[in-house]
Amino acid sequence: MRDNVLMREALREALDEEMARDERVFLMGEDIADPMGGSYKITLGLSTKYGKHRVRNTPISEIAIVGAGVGAAITGMRPVAEIMYVDFLEVAMDQVVSQAAKIRYMSGGQLSVPLVIRCQGGPGRSAAAQHSQMLEAWFFHVPGLKVVMPSTPYDAKGLLKAAIRDDNPVIFFEQNGLYNTRGPVPDPGEDYTVPLGKADIKREGKDVTIVAYAQMTLFALQAAEQLAKEDGVEAEVVDLRTVSPWDKETVLRSFRKTGALVVAHQAVRQGGVGAEIAATVYEEALDLVDVEIARVGAKFAPTPFAPHLERYVIPGKDEIVAAVRTTLERGGRFGAVGQAAAQRAGAV
Amino acid sequence: MTRPKRSDKKGETRLDRTTALDLYTRMVRIRQFEEKAARLYEQGLLPGFLHSSVGQEAVAVGVCGALRKDDYITSTHRGHGHIIAKGAGLDRMFAELYGRETGFNRGLGGSMHIMDFELGVLGANGIVGAGIPIAAGAGLSIQLRGTDQVAVAFFGDGAINTGAFHEGINLAAIWDLPCVFVCENNLYAESTPQEYVLRIPALTERARGYGIPGELVDGNDLVAVYDAARRAVERARAGKGPTLLECRTYRWYGHYIGDPAVYRPQEEVEYWKARDPIPRFEAWMKEHVGFDDADREAVWQAVAAEVEAAVKFAEESPLTPVEAALDCVYS
Ligand SMILES: Cc1ncc(C[n+]2csc(CCOP(=O)(O)OP(=O)(O)O)c2C)c(N)n1
Ligand SMILES: [Mg+2]
Repeated sequence: MRDNVLMREALREALDEEMARDERVFLMGEDIADPMGGSYKITLGLSTKYGKHRVRNTPISEIAIVGAGVGAAITGMRPVAEIMYVDFLEVAMDQVVSQAAKIRYMSGGQLSVPLVIRCQGGPGRSAAAQHSQMLEAWFFHVPGLKVVMPSTPYDAKGLLKAAIRDDNPVIFFEQNGLYNTRGPVPDPGEDYTVPLGKADIKREGKDVTIVAYAQMTLFALQAAEQLAKEDGVEAEVVDLRTVSPWDKETVLRSFRKTGALVVAHQAVRQGGVGAEIAATVYEEALDLVDVEIARVGAKFAPTPFAPHLERYVIPGKDEIVAAVRTTLERGGRFGAVGQAAAQRAGAV
Repeated sequence: MTRPKRSDKKGETRLDRTTALDLYTRMVRIRQFEEKAARLYEQGLLPGFLHSSVGQEAVAVGVCGALRKDDYITSTHRGHGHIIAKGAGLDRMFAELYGRETGFNRGLGGSMHIMDFELGVLGANGIVGAGIPIAAGAGLSIQLRGTDQVAVAFFGDGAINTGAFHEGINLAAIWDLPCVFVCENNLYAESTPQEYVLRIPALTERARGYGIPGELVDGNDLVAVYDAARRAVERARAGKGPTLLECRTYRWYGHYIGDPAVYRPQEEVEYWKARDPIPRFEAWMKEHVGFDDADREAVWQAVAAEVEAAVKFAEESPLTPVEAALDCVYS
């Protein structure tokens, strides 16, 4: 185990190991071959190692990248298609939504589509409205797709390897704000995967459940530290890791323990993943009295350019802290915790 | 309206009688399947939409006749003909149209989505143009796996202005993928005439823009289509890259069964019906390999019996259990 591996290194190792393990795995996308090695350098060195037939630069043709991925996947290959920004998947939505996601179903189960669509994106860099969207809810809404959004280098590597071995189309969404984060990762060649569809409790707690994924997980952990210090609140942080299918069981188990839920993401709140999770938890926990549920998400606007405006629209640690306090205050059943939160509510 | 030119390369063909009869039978199977399906649809027995390929049989059969069983095709919303020409049994075709358990897709797909991996049918498709990049991907898979298969994309004239057309063909061209792109130009996309959406006299002129060969073919002349397809398929199999074929043809029915097709003159329909690909090929067989009324009767009767049995099979097949609606969302 190495304890300080960059997220981008972990992702590259996953691709490298899976290409070495299975010759059906190949990569295609814009500018992914050397010397460029991808806009974010995730594939750097791989075309030199495996050849340009297995690490293929494509024209700027998102429809063809995804469509050819589908065609190759249903005829015996295991393509990993890279879309430079998740925003550009909009151009190829038919191939993602009505082809990749539905072929297995429409064929009555004859064909499967072992295709991974790697993409990256996210806010926080003044990339403005067309280069920083969190579009996971679009894909979350589509039966037949899996959506994976790791938060740590360990998970990123294990999940990418699992996604490549999965027989379903997977949107593997890497949040670029995490690329330079570091964390423990097993040694190269030490084969491990992280199962799709399983959440991970990144911090245990008894007072409130915070459900998050991707970079918001890190903000949730920071929020939890602050709440512990300032409020004596012990928050449990559930990292979904796989957004679809989401791990209902783990979320519900945590919620039954804490009785309070805050779902947090950086995608717009309206129609977001958080809405589905909040509603499901509410429906499934109707037997519980005194439950409190809240959502944190971006304000309903495209991502603005100026840093202070972007920060205003996109939530982070502070919004999670505020939401937890408001939630606990509303519940009122946490005694001192609730009162402390109530005092602050005016300031929130 | 642009009149289709007859292929001037017709002399190349050496169709023997057995092959000719096989191709003829495939056309008759498509014709009778489509006519029967139209009657059933008019009686309200088939759910959904139905797009008939009557009049276009020579394109499906000419191209699929040049393919092997392990070659791939992607097809369109008007796909029955392609799939039958590739070898599909009429029983499972009808069963899918009826939405039964025994259909190719267990009733989960229907007329617009028939797939059969065994026959290399990677799917009819409800989205115009979508099969083109998928066929390019099948071609890429063939190239990477190092087999000598070929992937064919069928599409209509309506698909030629989609992004998928441009992106898919260009990708196949730059990577020399073993693909054949077959435009079934039946002169209309729903109500829109082909010349309204194309400023050049033939789509094949675009082939030059992709750096690949293009060939304009009389799509109602089975021999011409077969020849052109053989050239394109051979080229693809030899690793020389894709070809764009434009086959001019005509659909006798409207866009869908029930469409009164008010956008086209009756004389035009008559003009094309007089160029029915089936009697045209009969005439060719008479001249080149021998064919008489008794041969004709034998084929039509055998196919009629097959159609009747297939419909019976479909009607007697069980409905797909409702639980299946939640099966196969994921592998
Ligand atoms: C992307 C997309 N746009 C529109 C449609 C609706 N539509 C279905 S068939 C069709 C016409 C297609 O014409 P063509 O490609 O020439 O095929 P034909 O029907 O003539 O066989 C249209 C517009 C669709 N299915 N997909
Ligand atoms: Mg047409």
